[in-house]
Amino acid sequence: MDARVCASRAGLWTGLLCGLIFGLGLGVSQMVDPRKVLGFLDITGAWDASLMFVMGGALLVAAIGFRAVLRRPAPRFSERFHVSAAGSVDAPLLIGAALFGIGWGLAGYCPGPAIASLGFGNAEALCFLPAMVAGAGLQRWQARRRAMRPVAA
Amino acid sequence: MTNFTPWSALVGGALIGLAAVLLLWLNGRIAGVSGIAGRLWFASRGDRAWRWLFLLGLVLGAGLWALLSPTPVEPRHGFPVSLLLLAGLLVGYGTSMAGGCTSGHGVCGIARLSARSLAATGVFMLAAIATTYVVRHLLALA
Repeated sequence: MDARVCASRAGLWTGLLCGLIFGLGLGVSQMVDPRKVLGFLDITGAWDASLMFVMGGALLVAAIGFRAVLRRPAPRFSERFHVSAAGSVDAPLLIGAALFGIGWGLAGYCPGPAIASLGFGNAEALCFLPAMVAGAGLQRWQARRRAMRPVAA
Repeated sequence: MTNFTPWSALVGGALIGLAAVLLLWLNGRIAGVSGIAGRLWFASRGDRAWRWLFLLGLVLGAGLWALLSPTPVEPRHGFPVSLLLLAGLLVGYGTSMAGGCTSGHGVCGIARLSARSLAATGVFMLAAIATTYVVRHLLALA
């Protein structure tokens, strides 16, 4: 078997492993519980600062680890790092982030915890996730239509 | 109402960071859940399977935690379905437009000191805090 096929197979297992560690982290930190998330976002209520510590712990490890990893010529099981180049802050970024924030604050779910919570049979995810897929699909469809439309003179 | 749990938050957060570092080191990928999930069906053939497996791992990881947890996991009950659906639509639409969510922008992007991710994280945090205030205190919907 040639080296590329071997590497892509190994990449499947490491993808699964990384997802597993990520899901475990979401569980341990209780971020899979939307009440915990809303307890953080509700700064005028009985504030629960836990989410800030979750982000702090994740950022600390990721900032140090990324620095070491990105010094290497290439990842272990892929030909290159799939990392987006630095871009400028534009309107779609800010509008999209605002819409996402409104949705997050409405119910307390962002994509990771919503998907992970299927692991303990969270019924709310069965409502939230199809709507999330529909929302993302709608955005892609609109963006593609806009890209295909000829520019008006 | 929930209690402040700094230690489990730090440990859980560190696990999330570890997963992000491993995925970049091994697969060369950013551990942004909306980005991974958003191209489940649209990515090229060789680029699809790892995405499904990462999400499967995500589900298994949370399931494993629920199994090992000393106290049984109590999912929320009685939350309005209409709010869940609206929230899902907005989260899907917004993360697709902004090219990332809490994990992609909030953790991985900020860890790389990306200006776009810093801006996006500031905006979604403020929008979420304002929305929670309106939903809980002004409208008392949930």
